[in-house]
Amino acid sequence: MSLNLADVKRIAHLARIAVIDAEMPGYLQQLSNILSLVEEMQAVDTTGIEPMAHAQDLVLRLRDDVATEPDLRAKFQAIAPQVESGLYLVPKVIE
Amino acid sequence: MINTSLKELSAQLALKKISSVELTQTFLGRIRELNPKLNAFITIDENKSLAQAQAADGLIASGQAGPLTGIPVAQKDIYCAKGWLTTCGSKMLHNFVSPYDAHVIEQFNRAGAVNLGKTNMDEFAMGSSNETSYYGKVKNPWDLDAVPGGSSGGSAAAVAARLAPAATGTDTGGSIRQPAALTGITGIKPTYGVVSRYGMIAFASSLDQGGPMAKSAADCALLLNVMAGFDLRDSTSLERDKEDYGRDLEQPLKGLRIGLPREYFAAGLSADVAQAIEAALAEYRKLGAQTVEISLPNSKLAVPVYYVLAPAEASSNLARFDGVRYGYRAPEYTDLTDMYGKSRAQGFGAEVKRRIMIGTYVLSAGYYDAYYLKAQKLRRLIAQDFTDAFARCDVIMGPTAPTTAFNLGEKSDDPVSMYLSDIYTIAVNLAGLPGMSVPVGFGANGRPVGLQIIGNYFSEAKMLNVAHQYQKATDWHTRIPQGL
Repeated sequence: MSLNLADVKRIAHLARIAVIDAEMPGYLQQLSNILSLVEEMQAVDTTGIEPMAHAQDLVLRLRDDVATEPDLRAKFQAIAPQVESGLYLVPKVIE
Repeated sequence: MINTSLKELSAQLALKKISSVELTQTFLGRIRELNPKLNAFITIDENKSLAQAQAADGLIASGQAGPLTGIPVAQKDIYCAKGWLTTCGSKMLHNFVSPYDAHVIEQFNRAGAVNLGKTNMDEFAMGSSNETSYYGKVKNPWDLDAVPGGSSGGSAAAVAARLAPAATGTDTGGSIRQPAALTGITGIKPTYGVVSRYGMIAFASSLDQGGPMAKSAADCALLLNVMAGFDLRDSTSLERDKEDYGRDLEQPLKGLRIGLPREYFAAGLSADVAQAIEAALAEYRKLGAQTVEISLPNSKLAVPVYYVLAPAEASSNLARFDGVRYGYRAPEYTDLTDMYGKSRAQGFGAEVKRRIMIGTYVLSAGYYDAYYLKAQKLRRLIAQDFTDAFARCDVIMGPTAPTTAFNLGEKSDDPVSMYLSDIYTIAVNLAGLPGMSVPVGFGANGRPVGLQIIGNYFSEAKMLNVAHQYQKATDWHTRIPQGL
């Protein structure tokens, strides 16, 4: 599967990475190269093979529904780019 | 002192021949002198390190010391350490002073070890040369024109140049083993799930595994004893009994069956590396081991499968870096989407952005089955190859990397050629097996060669035994780069 500039633009948007137009051809080239590297996978028949998501067949552990973490809000917000009254500030989303 | 084993350093500390403060000062002095040439560390904090050393001396004086009490250990900058700048090699975290400790850091603190500083690394552990770090390239102490490997290149260079007695690394596709090989040190990536990933900044969660990097297998065993252990806060941490990874070090190797995958000795392996590996295998035969040819028929698929799965997981893991809660935020933006896009475009380097974009693509609607699911199916075939192979041998051996260290800049403009420097290490991560690298000599250009030892699940003690017996019979692991 080969990519075009519109694909790269769409991928960049999905990834929330602002790519300027001048960088697009470079990304197109590099991403296409990586995709041709992985294309080799398609030559192998994998009918009936169970996908392997993980090295160990683990079952998710359950625990009692009680709080285990102390309140660290002040500590965590001390390293945030912008906070006010205990809230993280971002540009206005709803007019 | 700089070439002394951890066991011997510990004995000298216990006998008060030296204090932890003196030991820490010695290594801090070496860092001050040599780090400007190597760039192995991102952060040094002499006061913090010395305060820990002082506390360790207190523990030793009161008879409460363990095997690593008072030993300085350099920490890869991927491990969150409370009060320490933790950058993961990225501009994105240039101002991130961690409010908490990773499990690995907690374990070292509990053991009374000294954090000697945070080592340089490829950005978010994505790289095989340490050239993607926002904080500059690391240089190989054996040849300042060469890369140290990556992503744990800072830790590798620090140990190789004896700026630290030991260090930690992480390995997602070879990031402990490949730099260990390229700098002539010993490193082990344990079985997936043995070392907790809590507070270890995530790259590809189903592959990431922490492990030690040190001068010898015996030192690695002592470090792994501290790093390993069950941790509730990592959902993939394995609930297993605590074990002493050094318990089998002195076992003889008579009768050991070493599997040699023919795919690891095929075209692409450079002649000088092959020669050093053959010499190491001859040494093993002298020690009573026998070699048997095996096959890992799906080996050639490991790199393609990895470059679907690892970027896919990375694109999800790195979504958290959005300029809202911590890390870098772009100075100017118009709205929320623009703030995300610009913060990420400016905060991430080129390789990280490439991988996030590839990962985003293979997970996107219409492509999931053809790429992601396909790769997961092939992952099972790759893992099955090892299961079949271990029916015929106890450990697998081969080169860690196809060449010795390449030159700085040699592959940095060609991502795909860089990816191929991990052809022998990646399959081990996909299978979740333990793997290690041991120095076995030098290539034609005088740069180190590493032998990779792959073991079955949970056979770390055996692998360390296999490596230790070789290191008792040879002295490659004691060689130090000259002329720094």
